[in-house]
Order: sequence, then C-alpha cells, then structure tokens
Amino acid sequence: MARIELKGLAHSYKAIPSAPTDYALRPMDMTWEDGGAYALLGPSGCGKTTLLNIISGLIHPSQGRVLFDGKDVTDLAPQQRNIAQVFQFPVIYDTMTVFDNLAFPLRNRKLGEAEVRSRVHEVAEMLELGADLKHRASGLGADAKQKISLGRGLVRKDVAAILFDEPLTVIDPHVKWILRRKLKQIHQQFRLSLIYVTHDQVEALTFADQVVVMYEGQVVQLGTPQELFEAPAHTFVGYFIGSPGMNLLPCRLDGDAIAIDGVRLPLTAEKAQRARAAGGELQLGIRPEFLRCLAAPQPGAIAADIEAVEDLGNYKIVTARLSGQVMKAKLPEDETVALGQGWLLLPPARTRLYAGGRAID
Amino acid sequence: MTLTLEKIGMRVGASMHLEDIDLSLPGSSVTVLLGPTLAGKTSLLRIMAGLDRPTSGRILVDGRDVTGVGVRRRNVAMVYQQFVNYPSLTVYENIASPLRMARKLEAAEIDRRVRATAEIMRIDSLLDRLPAQLSGGQQQRTAIARALIKGADLLLLDEPLVNLDYKLREELRAEMREIFAERAVTVVYATTEPAEALMLGGNTAVLDAGRVIQFGTTIDVYHHPANLRVGEIFSDPPMNLMPVELAGGMARLSPELAFAAPSHMRGLGVGSFRLGVRANHIFLEPQPSADLAIPASVELSEISGSETFVHARHNGLGLVVQREGVHRYELGQPVTLHIDPKRLYAFDASGALAAAPERSLGAL
Amino acid sequence: MQKTVNNKAWLLVIPVFICVAFSALIPLMTVVNYSVQDILGPDQRVFVGTEWFLQVLQDDDLHAALIRQIEFSAIVLLIEIPLGIALALTLPTGGWRASLCLVLLALPLLIPWNVVGTIWQIFGRGDIGLAGYLVNALGLNYNYTASPIDAWITVVVMDIWHWTPLVVLLCFAGLRAIPDAYYQAARIDGASPWAVFRYIQLPKLRGVLLIAILLRFMGSFMIYTEPFVLTGGGPGNSTTFLSQYLTTLAVGQFDVGPAAAFSIIYFLIILLLSFIFYTVIQNLGKGPAS
Repeated sequence: MARIELKGLAHSYKAIPSAPTDYALRPMDMTWEDGGAYALLGPSGCGKTTLLNIISGLIHPSQGRVLFDGKDVTDLAPQQRNIAQVFQFPVIYDTMTVFDNLAFPLRNRKLGEAEVRSRVHEVAEMLELGADLKHRASGLGADAKQKISLGRGLVRKDVAAILFDEPLTVIDPHVKWILRRKLKQIHQQFRLSLIYVTHDQVEALTFADQVVVMYEGQVVQLGTPQELFEAPAHTFVGYFIGSPGMNLLPCRLDGDAIAIDGVRLPLTAEKAQRARAAGGELQLGIRPEFLRCLAAPQPGAIAADIEAVEDLGNYKIVTARLSGQVMKAKLPEDETVALGQGWLLLPPARTRLYAGGRAID
Repeated sequence: MTLTLEKIGMRVGASMHLEDIDLSLPGSSVTVLLGPTLAGKTSLLRIMAGLDRPTSGRILVDGRDVTGVGVRRRNVAMVYQQFVNYPSLTVYENIASPLRMARKLEAAEIDRRVRATAEIMRIDSLLDRLPAQLSGGQQQRTAIARALIKGADLLLLDEPLVNLDYKLREELRAEMREIFAERAVTVVYATTEPAEALMLGGNTAVLDAGRVIQFGTTIDVYHHPANLRVGEIFSDPPMNLMPVELAGGMARLSPELAFAAPSHMRGLGVGSFRLGVRANHIFLEPQPSADLAIPASVELSEISGSETFVHARHNGLGLVVQREGVHRYELGQPVTLHIDPKRLYAFDASGALAAAPERSLGAL
Repeated sequence: MQKTVNNKAWLLVIPVFICVAFSALIPLMTVVNYSVQDILGPDQRVFVGTEWFLQVLQDDDLHAALIRQIEFSAIVLLIEIPLGIALALTLPTGGWRASLCLVLLALPLLIPWNVVGTIWQIFGRGDIGLAGYLVNALGLNYNYTASPIDAWITVVVMDIWHWTPLVVLLCFAGLRAIPDAYYQAARIDGASPWAVFRYIQLPKLRGVLLIAILLRFMGSFMIYTEPFVLTGGGPGNSTTFLSQYLTTLAVGQFDVGPAAAFSIIYFLIILLLSFIFYTVIQNLGKGPAS
C-alpha cells in the first residue's frame, strides 16, 4: 500500500515542448491516498494510459517526479517499484498451470515453497479460482485469465498499488459486472491502492472512490462520482458523464445577472465579478435530469419551442429549442409535455455557470 | 420497398440458425432486430441482403420472389460492426466507390453527391484522409456514408455502434434516427441493446434462438411483452422476475411475504406465476403507492453517470434497482425495496404474458 | 455460412488442376508404374509386383545411406534451430539496423545451391581455400577429401551457413508478433531474461518453429546438390546421402525399377516423419486436457 504523489509531472515526445499541444501529458500535481480506489476516465487519446505507464515505471516522464510514500521512484524500474499491472487483454504464461502462474512473481523473488503455496491458495480462494489451480492457464476463458492476471498482483503481500489498463475490454458484457463486483470486494477486503484506467463511465464511477477525468492530456477534475455528476468543474466533465450529457447554453452577462431571451437570472455580485474576470465564452450548464419543462410560464422560466418528445420506455427525452440552442430534458415515464410552445425552468441550485469551459462557483 | 419473409429457415450443419421466420416490413420503415448474441440477427440480415440463401422459405421484395437472387443484383446496402472501409482509398474515394462501380453517373454528379452525403454524416472536412488516420467514430461514419450514397431501397445495419465509445454511440444514434426519418428507405437495424431499439422507434422484431418471438411497434412491444423471454430481452437491466403463488387475491412470494394482488391480476386465478418488474419501478425509499416492501441486502451498486443500479438479494432472489442520480451503497448494506404492485407484469408457468400493467399518462 | 453457389468458379480451378496434374500427379503415377514393373526393353514389360520393393529394402548400401541421412538431419536440426532462435533474439527489433541485418543474413539463401557447394569446396581446400589454409596453419590436420570426419564437418558447417538464416528470419517474424504487454508483465513480475524466454517467447514461437522444423527437416532429408558438389559423396561413400544414392541407382545404373520403388519409399518416409513432427509440436501446445 502506498501513497502516490505526482509533482510537476508532465510528458512530451518532443525534446523542448513549447505549446500545450506538444504534451502527451500536461504538467500536473496530484496526491493519491494510500488504500484508495481511483479511476482515470477519459476518451481515447486523453493521456490516461500514458499516466498509468509513468506510475508503473514502464515510461520515464520527461518532466517531474513520482513519489511512493515520500520516496522518489521516478528513476526506478517497474520491478523495483513493487507495483502490479493488469492489461487490456489477459497476459498469462501459456505453458504454466494456474497455480504456477500465480506463484511466478513469488518464485522470482525467491520465496520459500511453503509460503508460496499458502499465498497462492489464499488468493485463488478469493478469486474463486481454487478449482482450476491444476489446469493449464491457456485453456480457461477470458474472465478467468484476467482473474489470474489480477491474482499475480494480489499474491505479493507488499505490493504498493495495482494498476488496471481497461481490463474488462475483452470480457463478455454479461460477465463484466461479476468481475466489477469482485474488484470491489477485493478493495474492501485489502484496502489496496487501486488505479483503474477506462473510457467507460460506468466502470469508472462504479469502481472508484475518486475519479480523475482527463481530456487532451490534462486533468480536468478529480472528485467523487457524486461531485462529478452534481458539480462538474469543466464543461467536458458535464458532457462526458451522464447519458445524455449536460446541456450547455451560451449566455451573456448583463450587470449582475445572466440574460437569456429577455429573462434575467440573477447572480451574486461576487460571482458576476469572477465571471467577468475569467473571460472566455459564458455558458450555463444544466443536466437534462434537472431541467424542468412547463406548460405555462412561471417566474424565471424561459420560452422555448418543444420540438420532440421521445418515449424511451423508462423515461422520456424532451428536445426543445431555446434561443436557437438545442436542449434536452429527461422526464419520468408517466409524464409528458405538449409539443409547440413551452417554458423551461433552470433551477438555480442545479445550474452552473462556465466561463471558457471552467466552472465559476 | 416492402420486404416480406415467408417461413424462412436456415440450417447450418445440425443446428437451425433460423426457424420459421415470418416478417412483413412496410416500405420506408425502420425495423429493429433485437436479441442477444447468437440469436440469429446476423444470419437474418445476411439472408435479407442476399449474401446467404435460406434453406427453406422465400423472400419477396415488392411482391417479387428474390430468394435466389444474388446480392449484387439486389438493391441493398449494408453497414457492419467492424468499420469496413477500403484502407487504401481516401474518405472521398471510399464514399464515391459505389457510384463509381455502378458507372452510370458523371464525375460532376458523383462529386456533388459525395459532398452532400459527407456533410450529412459530418465528415466533409475529412475527405482527404485515409481510414487509418481516422478515429473509430469517423471510420464508421464513412462506412455509413458509403451505404447511404448508394440510394438503395434496403439499408441493413448489423450492430454498427457496438465498437464505439458510449458517448459516440449516443451521438451517432441520434443522428442516424434523423437520417432514416428523412429518407424513403427501408431500414433494418440489428442490436442487442433495448435502449437503441427505443431510440430508433419504428417496429421491433425480438429474436431469440433463431425465432421471432414478438413483432410490433417498438413501444408496444416494450410495454406488452408477449412472454418472459421478451420481457427479459427488452429491458436493460433485464426485467426482475419473482416467482409467486397466486391464491384468493393474494400473491405469496415467500412464507413471510405476501401482498394483495393488484387489480389487473384479479382475473388470473390460482397457480404459480412469475411477476416481472422493471428496475426503475423498484424504489429504495417508501413511496405513496408502493405497497410491497421487500427486505434485501446490497451486492453491488453500479453508477452510470446519471443513474445508480443497485444489485440486491432477498433470500437468494437477485433484483436490480435503478435509481436516479448518483448514490453510494456499501456492499452488504441492508435495504428495503418498495414496489408498486400496479407496475407488475405477470407471466404464467409457460412464460406467456398473463397480465400487464395499465398505462396512464399524466400531463404536467 | 452458405455461400451462393457459383458454378463458373470451377472454370478458374482447371488451369491449376492441369498444372498440378502434369508436374506432380502424372510423374507420381509414372513412378508407381515403374516400381511394379521390370522393363527389359521398349515393348517388354513384366509385372513384378513387390519384387523391387523387397530388393530395395534388403539392400545394405541403402541401409547405410539411410542411417547417414538420419544422422545428418538430426545433427543439422539440433544445431540450426537453437542457433536460429538465438540469432533472432539478438537482432535489433526494428528500424534500419534490423533491415540491414536481415538483408545480410538472407544473402546465403539467395545463392544457387551448386554455387554454395562450389564456394565451400574451394573454401575448405588446404592449398587455395581460406578456411582450409588457416585450419591447417593452426596445426590441425584438415583435409575433407581424405578424412570422412573432416568431410562430415565441412558438409554440416556448409548446411548451417546456408540454411540457418531461414530459421532466423522465421523466428524474427514470430518474435515481432508478441505483444509488448507480455514483456511488460514479465518485468513487473520480476522475471529473469531466461524466464522470459522460456515462458513467453518460446511458447509464442511454437507456430513459427513448427514451420522452421518441418522445412529444415524436409530440406535436409532431401539434400542433394550441395554435398554432391562439395564431396561427390566421398571420401568413399562417407557423405553419400539418400538422394545421391537414389540418383546413382536410377541414372548411374539405370535400374529404373528399384529406383522407382525406392523413390516411393523415400517419399513415404518423409511423409511419415513430417506427420510425426507436426503432431508432436501441435500437441505440445495443448497439454493435458483441462
């Protein structure tokens, strides 16, 4: 178990990076507590796998330091850092039995056979592989093989952290949630530091205590799943998390309020000041779950054209056009709203203001 | 163009991949083939395209028998799961290829159509690139553009979005629905996800083990599954099933748990039934009309961004609850599941639908 | 999947069928024909059944040549395969360096086989050959025309020089196909380079090694040109391998019947041994049933 700190960490494939786009990973500082489960979430190419490989030691960062429990490990090789990694496709030693696969890291570290046997049995029981120990690893299914990969990490008592690189990619969808549950159980039982890279929000939000959302090489927000859903710090987080994503409505500042189509939504003076100072395009963000559709005007509601209502079984999606912008709202399955003229209400508690993509609080 | 399948069967070796398929698809409609993997969706699409010949039955296009006609002579376009593009041709050439092969149009006309279709699929800025330089979503857009430009009467799509990130899937789904609506083309779309079927609308044919087990308008099939299997397939997460004994107006789930049978189940009589309830109709907090309370313990909570799915277990019975918003549950945490009996489906011992909840729509 | 039946496709197969018929099937039938007949003259053919087969199988010279051949193939396989793997492991993994090494390694494969024999014939001579001269200068008495051992050594070294590059090329391609994640996982597991070789590289090379072993076995078992040019089968018949013996029988002595019978036996031996190799290697990968 280790506390992982990243200080001034950045990675570029160019010798002298000049612009932000030259970086695969933009400069960042981060601390991950010992025993926490963290997810690195983002679309393909956002830098999450690069970051994972820097932590495991497979890549040496072009800038910055990596510390485990205060000790600088930036220049150490993976086997010296005492981490374990589970890859996208199962990596097992084909010619060995399941038992030998799990025993491999221990035997390499010259542990006594008796201790090897007890550790392997313990881990095999936990992963429900006990029945397969004598079998050849290559004959098992993909999910069992991934469990073996995971087991090779768990079997080492002193492992600092276990890193996962999109490990459920090749697993059948109906088996995925069984493996996810197993990972959560293991985390609860052992309180190991776990870092999980994925582009799937369900995996990230289910697995992690805290999620690091990444976009184009930079960390955009670090927060609990609840925080990411209710208080996205960046418009990308609002868009990426939630299905459908957050609605973004361009607006402008009018004194101490936001003005849209003749309706004024007041702000505190402080907030307005910060919005002015921040610069960049102003947008109001509200999630479809919180956007309310009304048949009659209310104070604060903005006139909109209700264009479509889709019945999706469990819920309905209302598509409305407000000030030229398409907005979506989620309605419970038993409610509906008439097409044509309607009003949309943005509850202040659920509406966030963004300037240049960043939230103004 | 209307497509009719009569008693289509497909035998491969000793197994029947498709059996007794009767489908009638009206012109300019969207039909979703919904079913789990290996249900026969791809086999059926291949027969519709003319890539395979069925071992029994016939296919009629606009009344004409085309069963033996090869795919090249049928007016059909197909989009696959794996983004299939010619790797050595640019995006422009890829999209133009069907028109060039038909050799009936002039270069200026081809150019106009390619640019128009590229614009619809939002790849007009990528026309000079090679497929290897594109992201997954862009490659699939190219494949779809190539299928659309043919102007075929029948457009077949075999799980086209399954290899894309979920956000791209959402965007493409919405776009495709608009594209299908604008064109007079018969679309057949195969998928395993009920959400896609609901988003695309139109009609749905539910396939299971090579048979069509229900066909109708999508929303009807959703609210009135003909049997257990349709209820299971057409729900994500799958419909929760609870075995009960019905007697004297009471439904008994277990020795300790019995409740008054709801009004729509009164006429069912005595016997063993399985009650189905969708995940979003189970609540974790007491609700005014949710009379049925089941104690359970949490096995796992899955958060999908805007919803939380709680897997819970009561006496060996596994149930999934869908809750709005993001909520944290601990493993093993005791919870009470509240269900409104009026939302329950009843399936009899053979699996057929015995009673379905009444639908009521309240306006805001 | 049932493809739409298109009978016109058969027309495309006919040219291939004709070529194979002329180059393989008809000659094979001819050989079978000769092997069961005694041809005394243009019009005098007597059916003798298995007489030639029995005669050939009891020939002591044939037995000796067969044993020499088996020894040769065994030695050559035991050296070339491990050497090929070792060389492939040491090659650079990519870029211009790898291309350069591969091109240099492939050069021996491009030389016509009788030229290979000639090169080594001159190379090994004590008077004008570089190797022969140097070895003799070191004090060792080396003469491949007089000593059977020296002749064997020269033939084996020549074959290794000629054909190891093939094994290297195949293994190089096989090694490139191993995904990086396996090496990364091994590093993380703390595996030694030997463990990496034994548990990752060797198992993943199984398919490629199967091809290499089969090709080298068949090639060495049928070897003719190179040793014939180098030693002529001598000194005596110490380097007379099976194919040379067969040629002597058929062309030298013009005993077509026995030669034909022996050809068929030769063919069957190679077929049997190749099948055994193939089955063994395929099943090595399967292991005990799970």
